[in-house]
Amino acid sequence: MRELKILGVLVVFTLLVYYGVEPYAHSKMHHHVEPANFQFNDLKAIDYKGDPAKGKQLIVNAGCTGCHGIKVAKIPAPMPADAAAASFGVAPPDLSNVGYLYDAKFLKHFILNPAHTFLNAKKFNAKKPFPMPGFYGVGGDKNKEVSDIVAYLKSIAPKEMEAKETFIAACGRCHGVKYDKVTQLGEMPKFKSDTEKLAYELKVSKYKEHLLKYLAATPPDLSIIVRAKSKEHLETFIDNPQKLLKGTSMPRVGLTKESTEKVISYLESVGDSKKVERESLIPKIIGFLIIFTLFAYLWKSKLWREVH
Amino acid sequence: MMAEIRKAKGIMDWLDQRLATETLTKVLMTEYWIPKNINFLWAMGVILTTMFGILFISGLFLLMYYKPDTKLAFDSVNYTIMQEVYYGWLWRHMHAVAASVVFLVIYIHMFVAIYYGSYKKGREMIWISGMLLFVLFSAAGFSGYMLPWGQMSYWAAQVITNLFGAIPFIGPDLVVWIRGNFFVSDPTLTRFFMLHVLLFPIIIIAAIVFHFYSLRIPHVNNQEGEHFDFDEEAEKYKAGKKKESKVIPFWPVFLSKDLFVVGVFLIFYFYLVGFNYEFAMDPINFEPANYMKTPTHIYPEWYFLWSYEVLRGFFFPIAGLKPFTLGLLGFAIANIVFFILPWLDRSPVVAPAHKRGAFNIWFWLMLIDMIGLAVYGKVPPNGVYVLGGTDITPWFGFTFTVGFFILLFIALPMITIRERKRAGGAK
Amino acid sequence: MAIEKSRRDFLGLAFGSVAAVGGVLALGAMKATWDPLPSVMAAGFTTVDLSTIKPGEFRKVVWRGKPIFILRKDKTKFKKCDNRDTKLSEKDFLVVIGLCTHLGCIPEWLPDQNKFYCACHGGEYDACAVNTFGPPPRPLDIPPYKITGTKMVLGELGSKCKALIAKNPTNKAS
Repeated sequence: MRELKILGVLVVFTLLVYYGVEPYAHSKMHHHVEPANFQFNDLKAIDYKGDPAKGKQLIVNAGCTGCHGIKVAKIPAPMPADAAAASFGVAPPDLSNVGYLYDAKFLKHFILNPAHTFLNAKKFNAKKPFPMPGFYGVGGDKNKEVSDIVAYLKSIAPKEMEAKETFIAACGRCHGVKYDKVTQLGEMPKFKSDTEKLAYELKVSKYKEHLLKYLAATPPDLSIIVRAKSKEHLETFIDNPQKLLKGTSMPRVGLTKESTEKVISYLESVGDSKKVERESLIPKIIGFLIIFTLFAYLWKSKLWREVH
Repeated sequence: MMAEIRKAKGIMDWLDQRLATETLTKVLMTEYWIPKNINFLWAMGVILTTMFGILFISGLFLLMYYKPDTKLAFDSVNYTIMQEVYYGWLWRHMHAVAASVVFLVIYIHMFVAIYYGSYKKGREMIWISGMLLFVLFSAAGFSGYMLPWGQMSYWAAQVITNLFGAIPFIGPDLVVWIRGNFFVSDPTLTRFFMLHVLLFPIIIIAAIVFHFYSLRIPHVNNQEGEHFDFDEEAEKYKAGKKKESKVIPFWPVFLSKDLFVVGVFLIFYFYLVGFNYEFAMDPINFEPANYMKTPTHIYPEWYFLWSYEVLRGFFFPIAGLKPFTLGLLGFAIANIVFFILPWLDRSPVVAPAHKRGAFNIWFWLMLIDMIGLAVYGKVPPNGVYVLGGTDITPWFGFTFTVGFFILLFIALPMITIRERKRAGGAK
Repeated sequence: MAIEKSRRDFLGLAFGSVAAVGGVLALGAMKATWDPLPSVMAAGFTTVDLSTIKPGEFRKVVWRGKPIFILRKDKTKFKKCDNRDTKLSEKDFLVVIGLCTHLGCIPEWLPDQNKFYCACHGGEYDACAVNTFGPPPRPLDIPPYKITGTKMVLGELGSKCKALIAKNPTNKAS
C-alpha cells in the first residue's frame, strides 16, 4: 500500500546516502593494498636444516649472549632493560620465545642483516648504526650457521604462548598498553607507596625518551588501537609496516600468522573488552523491541479500526 | 475568583480541583485534534522526541564518569566508560548512534514538511522554530563531538573555530576569544563541555516546547493539504461519528500509531548500536588528540557534509571573489537559507509535491543535489577522478554547490510564482 | 490624568534604561570570563637556536600551540625568495607558521618534491611557502620573531621580521 511505497523511497535514499558517505567515500580515501600473506616474499629461502646442538654453541661463540639473555637456558640478560635502552635505544629481547613467535626464514635473514630485514635500514648509517650488528659468523658458511642458531632457538621455544605473553614479547619493548597496566618495562607491579610508583614511572619515562631518540617518533600506546584500526589493517601493518605507513620507524618484526592472531586477540581483549557482552545483549534488546512493536501494532490497529 | 474546593471524589478529582488536570488532559491529549488523513511520516516528530530523550538520559550516565580535562577526557571515555562502567559501553554507543541518527530523522522530517508544503500559510513559525531546532541540534552535536578528545574531535574544532578568523577586523581576535587560547586546548574543551551539557540542552527543551505550541493554532497538516474546520470535525468525533470525522485525538489514536513507528525505528536503531556503529563512532576518533599531527583525512560528521562541501566547493575565483571567500559566503548562506524557505516559495498552494507539477521535479532534484553535496563533502577533493591527465574531481562538488543555489534562489521562486499565477492570485 | 500618565511613562522609561545599563555591564563581565587567562597570554614566547640547524634541515617547533616550520635553504637546491626568507649572514631560513591558510591543517614538507603538501584539501606551497595550487588563499604566514645573535624568539616582533612582513601584504602574523 501507499505507506510501504513511502517506506521504500525512504530506505532507498537513506541507503544511497549511507553508501556514498561510507563505503564509497572511504574507498576513495585509501588505496588498495595487498593484504598480509606472512610469506616475506622479498626474503630468499635459506634451505639448510640446521643443527640445534651446533646452534647452542654458536649463540655464545658468535657473541649473541653479549646482549641477549636466554631465560630458559639460564643465561641472564647482561644489562637491565632501562640501562640497555640508554645504551642502544631499546632493550635487546630475551631469546627464549623467538623461535615460537617469528618466522624461521625471517629469523635467519634477520640475524644476517638486522636493519635490512626490519625494513628500516634507511634510518641508520655509519654515524647512527643499528644497535644489533650484522652477523660476523665464526668462519664457516654464514647461511648454515644462522640455520643452526635458528634451529636451536626453535628447539628451546615453547609450543604455545598466551596472547598477552605474545604481545609483551613481540611488541612490548616499544608499545605500552596502559589500559592493561603494561609498560615498556613489562607489567606494572603493585606499588607499596606513592614514591615507589613515581620511581617506576620515572624509569618508564626515561626509557621512552631513549626510544624517542632511537626511533625519532614515539610508538603509540596500543590500548584502544583495535577501535582505531580494522583487524585487516593491523594484520597488514604488522606484516609490513612500510606498506601502510611509508617511512615509518616501526620495524617489520617477522611475526608468523599465528603470533599475529595472538597479538591482535590480546589487543581486542583490552580495547574492546565488552564485545561479547555487546553482541549478546543487543539481540536481546531487539527481541524485546520486536515484542513491543507487535503489541504496539495490535493496540494501534484496534484504535484505528474505530476511526476508518 | 478563588477556586471552590469541595470534598474530593477521588484522587483524580482532588488533583483536578487544584491543577485543572482534566482540562489539561483534554487540551494536550484527548481533545487535541490531528487530521486523520496522514501517513507514518507524521510520526517523525515523536521519533525525534524519543531520540532527544535517549540522548538526554544516556548523556546523564555518561556525565557521571566523563572528565572534561584534556589530560583525562579520552581515557575517561575509552577506558572508564567503555571498559569499566557497567553498561557504560551501552550508553556511549547509544549516545553516539542517536546523535547521528537524529539528524537522519531531522532531514526526513524537514523534507516531509517541504514535500507537503507544511511551512507556509500560517505554519511559518512551526517551520522557523523547527529550523532553529536544527541549528541547536547542530551546535549540540558539534560541541559534543569535541568531548571524547580524539583526533577528529580536535581537528574538527580547530578547522571550524578557524573559520571565524575570516570575519573582517575582529576575526583573529574572535578566534582566540572563542578558544580561550591561541589554539584549541583545555579552555576550549571545558567551555564546549558547558555548552553541550547545560546551555544547549536547556535551550533545546525550550525550543521544543515552543515548536509544539506553534502547532496548535495552525494545526498539523494532512496528506492532501486540505484546509477544513477543525472545530466542526472535532464535534463530529465527540458525537461518536468517529469514521466520518476528519480528525483524531492526539491521545490515544495519533500516538498509538506513533508508538508503533517508534518501535520499528528502535529495532533499526539498536541494530546500529550493536552491529553497525562506525559511521557514528569514527575510528579516527579512537586516536587521542594530537595537535602536532593532522590526520590524513579530516571530515565532519555525515550530517554536516552537505554544507561542508558548499564551503570547499568553490575552487576558482568568480567575479573577482577568491574561492575561499566564495566558500565562506556560500557556507553562511547555506546554513540559513532554509529559514527563509516560506518566502522563497512564492505560491500559496498547500498540496503534496506530486500534485504540484514542476515543484515535484524541483523537490527530487533538491534531494539528489543535497545527497550529492554530502557524498562529495566526504570524497577527497583532489586526485579521485582523473580524465586523460586532468583532475576533474573538484568539478563534482562544484556542480552540486552551484546547483544548490540555483535550485533555491532561482528555480524555486520561478516555479512557485508561476504556480501562484495559475492558482489565480496573491498569497 | 494625562500628566500622571506621562510621568509614569517617563519613570518607566528611566527605570527600563537603568535596568538595560545593568544588563550591558553584566554582559561585559560575561564576555571577559570567556577571555583567555592571563597565564595563557603570557606564555606566548618560544626560543630557537638557529645555529643548530644544518643546511637542508627541516625543523618543527611549537609556538602558541602552532607548529612553526623552519627550513634552512642555503647550500641546497631549494628555491630562495628575498621577500619571504629570513637571512642570517649567509644562512637562508624559511620561517613560517605551519598551518595551511585554507582551513588550518598542518601541511607536510616533501623535500624530494620540493613542496609542502596539505592532505586535507590538496593545497600546495613551494619552498618559499607560497601557495601554488588548490584552495589556500595566501602563502603560509610569517610569525612575529626577533633575532638576537643566532637566537630567534617567536612572539616578539623584531625589525628584520617587521620589514619582511611588510613585503607580504596578505600576511596574518598572529
